[in-house]
Amino acid sequence: MSLFPAMGAAAGPTVRAVHDEFHGDLLEVSMGPQHPSTHGVFRMVVTLDGEQIVKLKPVFGYLHRNHEKIAENTSYLGSMPYTDRLDYLCSMTNNWAYALSVEKLAGLAVPDRAQYLRVIMAELTRLVNHMCLVGFLFNDLGTSFTPLLYAFREREKIIDLFESLSGSRMMCNYQRFGGCRVDPSPEWLAAASALVNNFPRFLDEYETMLTGNEIMLARTQGVGVLDGAAAVNAGLTGPILRASGVDYDLRKVDAYGFYPRFDFRVPLGAHGDTYDRYMIRILEMRESVKILQQAFRDLPAGPIMDPKAKLRGFRPKPGEAYGRIEGPKGELGFYLISDGSPNPWRYRVRPPSLINLTLLEDMCIGRTIADSVVILGSIDIVLGEVDR
Amino acid sequence: METLEQIRDRLLARFPAAKIELVTNPGPAAEHSLLLEAATALEIATFLRDDDALRLDYCSNATGIDWPDKEIVETTKKSVPDPAGGPAKIIEEKTKHLQPGYLETVYHLYSMARKHGPVVIRLRTGNRSDQVTLPSLTPVWRSCDFQEREIYDLYGIRFSGHPDLRRLLMWDGFEDHPMRKDYVAPDDFEWEPTPHGSVLDRAKAHYPAPPAEPGVAATPPPNPTEAKS
Repeated sequence: MSLFPAMGAAAGPTVRAVHDEFHGDLLEVSMGPQHPSTHGVFRMVVTLDGEQIVKLKPVFGYLHRNHEKIAENTSYLGSMPYTDRLDYLCSMTNNWAYALSVEKLAGLAVPDRAQYLRVIMAELTRLVNHMCLVGFLFNDLGTSFTPLLYAFREREKIIDLFESLSGSRMMCNYQRFGGCRVDPSPEWLAAASALVNNFPRFLDEYETMLTGNEIMLARTQGVGVLDGAAAVNAGLTGPILRASGVDYDLRKVDAYGFYPRFDFRVPLGAHGDTYDRYMIRILEMRESVKILQQAFRDLPAGPIMDPKAKLRGFRPKPGEAYGRIEGPKGELGFYLISDGSPNPWRYRVRPPSLINLTLLEDMCIGRTIADSVVILGSIDIVLGEVDR
Repeated sequence: METLEQIRDRLLARFPAAKIELVTNPGPAAEHSLLLEAATALEIATFLRDDDALRLDYCSNATGIDWPDKEIVETTKKSVPDPAGGPAKIIEEKTKHLQPGYLETVYHLYSMARKHGPVVIRLRTGNRSDQVTLPSLTPVWRSCDFQEREIYDLYGIRFSGHPDLRRLLMWDGFEDHPMRKDYVAPDDFEWEPTPHGSVLDRAKAHYPAPPAEPGVAATPPPNPTEAKS
């Protein structure tokens, strides 16, 4: 039997009436998987009482390709380009999380210059992710692409830099176990530094348009309020968690890479609503600019690969390791078990996008469908990572 | 944070009936773990979350592992005295025995309040076929909700006490568990509307041949083992 009839049968009708003995007649709306507000192929089965949401069940798996199984049948290095495809906006941080876990598994060191380059790439990726998220969030508010195109104009400059360095705009495949693949030229560093120094001007321009916008305030303040204690219990991480006032940033807590050498602050929200989630991203971008300026100032000369690292015939000793980094969307972790062979016995991705959806229903109950679109937009998911 | 031995000793003092084993991790990461029993896992998890010194309020990662049956060959050396009075001979004896497989779940716990971790806990099923029920830790940490559904989907571990145990990534009518090591992928994995080449061969092997028209000599179906390779 083909896979496709089964997928079609599972989807069911788009809208149907259901009867509930407490609420009377309810309406069940199947939003997605082909719906522009779902940022990909995500489906929400929403039950409505009049206009209010009384139940919301997310449905996953439309982009599932069993990434973990493929990685278990490939060598350690063979999975590196494939991690680019998890969260396809943030390939550099995906690479780093995987490289970090393998380095923990095999006990490899990373030279200073490579550590700085990793921080530079991760923070540039954070800029790309956060400004696109803000653009997509406004798209969900109904602004027909204008803020998104402002973000894409700046994003283009950063991915041009990625392309000139790694050869690919989005699928960078830049990190290696024990270092980085290419050393940037002085011209590249000068161009990147100039871009970063100009970035606050773009942010000011962006904020002038968006932050005080009346429609924005009316649609986001007090919408989708998330309680900090519930968010901790549900394992939410990243900007959404910090928007609810929980101070947990792995760059500070785990102090991985060279982050302890940088001076930056962790912005926290006070209300945990959609507006705070928007504002946290803007503030984090400003902090990322500070980190980047320090990194360009202090970047040392030296090798970019650990001389003991082997690309071919890489076989870590038996054991296991769980490595995690603060990705732009939250805690991205890789759990690896080695049995001494060239392929990992177990390769697990801890996807922040999937786990951040745990409380989507709680945030949406009592709101309207139009609000659920905005709330989903403020969570920031990429389906390549949710479904893996 | 306390060491894992201290945590284990404190747990054993608090839950005298529980059996807790320390599983060592030989790799350079040296993140050792605690192997719990299914019967007491939920109580211990609640204690780990609520205990004031530990406060492991955040379950970062929950995942499954498949350990299939393994044939273990043990070599024992025996010295046999030479009857002629010479030096004793050393004979190697090989014994084979089957180590039964099991499924395992691993939870990585951290504390957001105390900013420490990880404490790794594991649970093991009795076997890989009929004793595959483990207690769900979703009542303790809600972050396990989707992750346990994923483990159920891809490994086939059933979680008792899970509020909504359905498949997460595969569709509802799907029957197997793809992350198990002995899973066989379907033949028409690369389904195409107009198959050709090796895909056509596989499709021919997979689907029954149309009934032969009278008067036309029936061609023998292709050998399925050849077409698969």
